Amino acid sequence: MDMSPSNAAPKLTARGVNVFYGDAHVLKQVDLEIREHEVTALIGPSGCGKSTFLRCLNRMNDLIEICRVDGDVRLDGEDIYDPAVDLVYLRARIGMVFQKPNPFPKSIYDNVSYGPKIHGLARSRAEMDDIVSSSLGRAGLWEEVKDRLDAPATGLSGGQQQRLCIARAIAVRPEVILMDEPCSALDPIATARIEALIDELRQNFTIVIVTHSMQQAARVSQRTAFFHLGDLVEVGDTDTVFTKPVDPRTESYISGHIG
Amino acid sequence: MTDPQRSPSETILASLPRRRRAEARFRIYGIAAIGVALAFLVLLIGAIGSKGIGAFAQAEIALDVTLDESVLDPSGARDPEILSSANYRAVVRAALGEIFPDAVRKRRDRRKLMGLVSAGAGFELRERVLEDPELIGRTMRVWLPADDEVDMLLKGATARDSGRFTEKQLAWLDRLEEDGRIRSAFNWRFFSSGDSREPELAGILGAISGSFFALVTCLALSFPLGVMTAIYLEEFAPHNRWTDLIEININNLAAVPSIVFGLLGLAIFLGFMGLTRSAPLVGGMVLALMTLPTIIIATRASLRAVPPSIREAAIGLGASRMQAMLHHTLPLAMPGIMTGTIIGMAQALGESAPLIMIGMVAFIVDVPQGLLDPASALPVQIYIWADSPERAFAEKTAAAIIVLLAFLVAMNLTAVILRRRFERRW
Repeated sequence: MDMSPSNAAPKLTARGVNVFYGDAHVLKQVDLEIREHEVTALIGPSGCGKSTFLRCLNRMNDLIEICRVDGDVRLDGEDIYDPAVDLVYLRARIGMVFQKPNPFPKSIYDNVSYGPKIHGLARSRAEMDDIVSSSLGRAGLWEEVKDRLDAPATGLSGGQQQRLCIARAIAVRPEVILMDEPCSALDPIATARIEALIDELRQNFTIVIVTHSMQQAARVSQRTAFFHLGDLVEVGDTDTVFTKPVDPRTESYISGHIG
Repeated sequence: MTDPQRSPSETILASLPRRRRAEARFRIYGIAAIGVALAFLVLLIGAIGSKGIGAFAQAEIALDVTLDESVLDPSGARDPEILSSANYRAVVRAALGEIFPDAVRKRRDRRKLMGLVSAGAGFELRERVLEDPELIGRTMRVWLPADDEVDMLLKGATARDSGRFTEKQLAWLDRLEEDGRIRSAFNWRFFSSGDSREPELAGILGAISGSFFALVTCLALSFPLGVMTAIYLEEFAPHNRWTDLIEININNLAAVPSIVFGLLGLAIFLGFMGLTRSAPLVGGMVLALMTLPTIIIATRASLRAVPPSIREAAIGLGASRMQAMLHHTLPLAMPGIMTGTIIGMAQALGESAPLIMIGMVAFIVDVPQGLLDPASALPVQIYIWADSPERAFAEKTAAAIIVLLAFLVAMNLTAVILRRRFERRW
């Protein structure tokens, strides 16, 4: 497989996406391609619509009653807003990691096994054990928790909890993982671990990450999209966006003038 | 505004004593308010306790009863039917005659003498004989309940010169006491029998089991209905004018006086559906109407208290809304739901007005065995007894209130313990 960023095939495409919260027009005419096996970072000042856009990709916005999404979002060419789309199937293919670590108040094992269990991915206890240990292993948490899988997940540290949430998301073997500011509640050391993890996960998953840290975007992503006041201002290879931004708004954000 | 001569810190310093005084004053008001409330509580419990405690003891008179075969079972067949309709009062009278041979000669005196022993003394003997027919023909000393007036006299609730007793009766009682034939025993009958016209025989078991059956019905109806309604409104219902209207009406229902629910039950359950009058089933249905809003409101509040991030996590993994609710939100909300339900049940237990409307206020001697047997309930029993003219019933009323309060405290304690034990913080 060709892993070079520029030639990767688009996994998700958004065309003319508009989002309204009641009367507020929070996302305007966004066109964006997300390529397979790449990390795409969505950056921009608070309230720019980057999280809203992320939540359009697995239709989490459906949970908000006053939210209306217009436009066309395709996963592998299939319209995910088609009325025939099954949300359960869609969200099994597009996993999500949230801003604040949100483990279920259950054991570590039960947290990871929950997704596979509801989707019937394991036929036996042994298979489930495999899924749990490999998911925890890929999330870089196995060594720390292998002796206390029955311990409550809420007893883990913040960074461990967030890696557990990543393990929980990849246990379902999604194709895309959406991450909504996954490090904003973590200290720098935990953040560094998660960033390293994101880079490894790119081998198997397509990742879209919202971040308000430009350094993080520069470190982990291959492509960067800059949002401002509901507009997608600029999108391109991360290196290009950070070194030779086209739009003056991008430049002033990157140089610290807005945001 | 500010004095130009003073610096801000001086102004602040000058205002401190006033603020401190206001704070101290407020604290005193608070303590005073709690003190008044506590005083009333102590007064209430003290008054009820001192009145009701006597009902847990009952005066008994020992008689040497000869279970004469020629009186009880002349044929000697030991037929239970004959044994149960035999004249046990005659046996009691004979036993009294042994002690006071002069008194039983005159008819008037005989009546007065018999009045010292409970009218139910014969029934107690009958129970014993039916249990063990071998007793017939034997003579034995039995402790039989004294009449309620005698009980009151011995407890000091009525004075000797109150005119309720003749000189002769007082003399007989003195004699019995001298002979050691009078004692005060724990009143088991109060907990093991149903209502009675005779205060010394009246018990609350019938009322307790009536309340129990009504509460079981109430719980079985209102818990699933209430929780399902709350789940639907919280998780699935769209937010529009209709659901707003439903929400307002649920809150209004919680404030509707309970007697209105009783009238509704009378009209619909008895009048329209033709269900049995006085049955705990109907009582429970009416109480369920009353408890539903409480449970719905408590359930919605506890569902809302579960952080949405948990639900989002489940839905993000591909759980359906139903799965997110049943696997995560509902179990986490359960302690709160249980607490609300127990408090609703405690309210229902103390409710009398709606039960009176559907006829659970009748005089019922038999202890109800099922949902359709005629029954009363604890608070209604209190109401019936409070309305009775016999002095001894005043004591029973207070004792029944003690029992009711004990149940309520136990239920509320359970709610508190549940909340403490399962409460989760995020």
